[in-house]
Amino acid sequence: MKEEAAPIKTETFMVNMGPQHPSTHGVFRMRLSLDGEVVVDVEPIFGYLHRGVEKLAEGRTWVQDVTLTDRLDYLASMSNNLAYVLAVEKLAGIAVPERAEHIRVIMAELSRIASHLMAVGSFLNDMGAATFTPLIYMFQEREKILDLFEMTCGQRMTFNYIRIGGVSCDLPEGFIPALTRFLGEMPRFIDEYDTYLEDNEILLARCVGVGVLPPDKAINASVSGPSLRGSGVRWDLRQADPYSIYDRLKFDIPTGKNGDVYDRYRVRMEEMRQSLRILGQSVRDLPGGDYRTKVPVTFRAPAGEAYAHLESPKGELGFYLVSDGSLSPYRFKIRAPSFINLGVLRDLLIGCKVADCVVTLGSLDIIMGEVDR
Amino acid sequence: MIGAGIVKGMAVTLRHLLRRPFTVQYPEERLPLPERFRGNELIWLVEKCTGCNTCAKACPHGVIQVETSAKLDENRYFVEKFEADMGLCIFCGLCVEACPFEALYLSREFEKATYRHEDMFRRRDDFINAQKNFSGYFYPYLDKERPKRLEGW
Repeated sequence: MKEEAAPIKTETFMVNMGPQHPSTHGVFRMRLSLDGEVVVDVEPIFGYLHRGVEKLAEGRTWVQDVTLTDRLDYLASMSNNLAYVLAVEKLAGIAVPERAEHIRVIMAELSRIASHLMAVGSFLNDMGAATFTPLIYMFQEREKILDLFEMTCGQRMTFNYIRIGGVSCDLPEGFIPALTRFLGEMPRFIDEYDTYLEDNEILLARCVGVGVLPPDKAINASVSGPSLRGSGVRWDLRQADPYSIYDRLKFDIPTGKNGDVYDRYRVRMEEMRQSLRILGQSVRDLPGGDYRTKVPVTFRAPAGEAYAHLESPKGELGFYLVSDGSLSPYRFKIRAPSFINLGVLRDLLIGCKVADCVVTLGSLDIIMGEVDR
Repeated sequence: MIGAGIVKGMAVTLRHLLRRPFTVQYPEERLPLPERFRGNELIWLVEKCTGCNTCAKACPHGVIQVETSAKLDENRYFVEKFEADMGLCIFCGLCVEACPFEALYLSREFEKATYRHEDMFRRRDDFINAQKNFSGYFYPYLDKERPKRLEGW
């Protein structure tokens, strides 16, 4: 007796990744439809961290809103402060003292290094170094940056340092020597990480050719920041639309070639070196003088609207503010880079293996405080 | 060569074994706090306060509440009530900057965990009797004579 084997009936399998998953960088959920190990469909679900920052800001005054921007991208609060403050200054036409501009650039670049260290560390962690070793390595250096922030403004995370018309307090006495020492040490550390990681066989096997984002697709999805530059598009708002004193600083824009996970990682490592270059120049040119234009507690921006954007560590961070001439904004819109970069995730993940999902998501460097806001 | 990666990896481990530890055993050992550290406590000086309510207006979360009554014989206001719910405070320092009479400061205290939320509520007498450990935030002249943080590394 011979029996025909019935054709095996298969169906896609649904897996919930997150919201409580260590490698989704916060409360982010991906509903994966799997065919074996291969991802067929992805539905990113977010909103678990929604606090209504845009609405909250309309109930607070212009000066108080700086505290809310701290809580968007909490790993690079200085950039967020700066973006909001730039928009308000554009709206009200406030001139900023030269020294304050330099201090702002120093802080923004330090927070870029801190954010990239965190991004690279958690990305390597996602890749399976489950003992948190790479993250702790990166934390060594990040700790020094946080110390610099702490001695300037007294906090390690939610700084509330950059104010409308300048910065809240001048640099303390020991800041410049400490920063100079940091600038001396940091290149050696980046090189050290590079020797560990650059031609690490496991890293290359997991990264090269994974999560390829072609440049045309990246532009169409309006991806920005290192994720865009990893695809080879030379676009950096610090040079494309210079704000603050960036038009006077010399630095290169690192780009990748293939647009894969490895290129995005390389771009971040290289950007840290460029940030050190910028820091060196702005410390060298740091002028004396006033650090703040006094703005009254009851500051009223004139009626009108303004959009200001800057290159935050994650990408183009923009604030669109509408004022009706009162104490608080009429509309407070945030263009969050993480949220928009996340839009490309579905295209990246379809067709790859489950294990690569985590790596691809890690390489986009999203932060949920900014996605959900 | 098979195993080259392992040898390379172990060499790194060995080198790090001989380094000075980066960590501090917290409750026993402590790093000196930075001079401008914004701890989770407010310091209010009753003798300087005029009850002008500027701090309460500057606060993004409405933490501070001030009530005054006129004191006619001394020709000034008496601050009857000065309350702050430190459980809601985000230590942004806007009230400290707003105060025109230097009556508000941030503190360098930070181990202020309590079992109940009500215990974080500070009333007038709590402020007067509190231990005052002034932070140099916004008042840089308070920075002097303090141990510096960044000597360690």
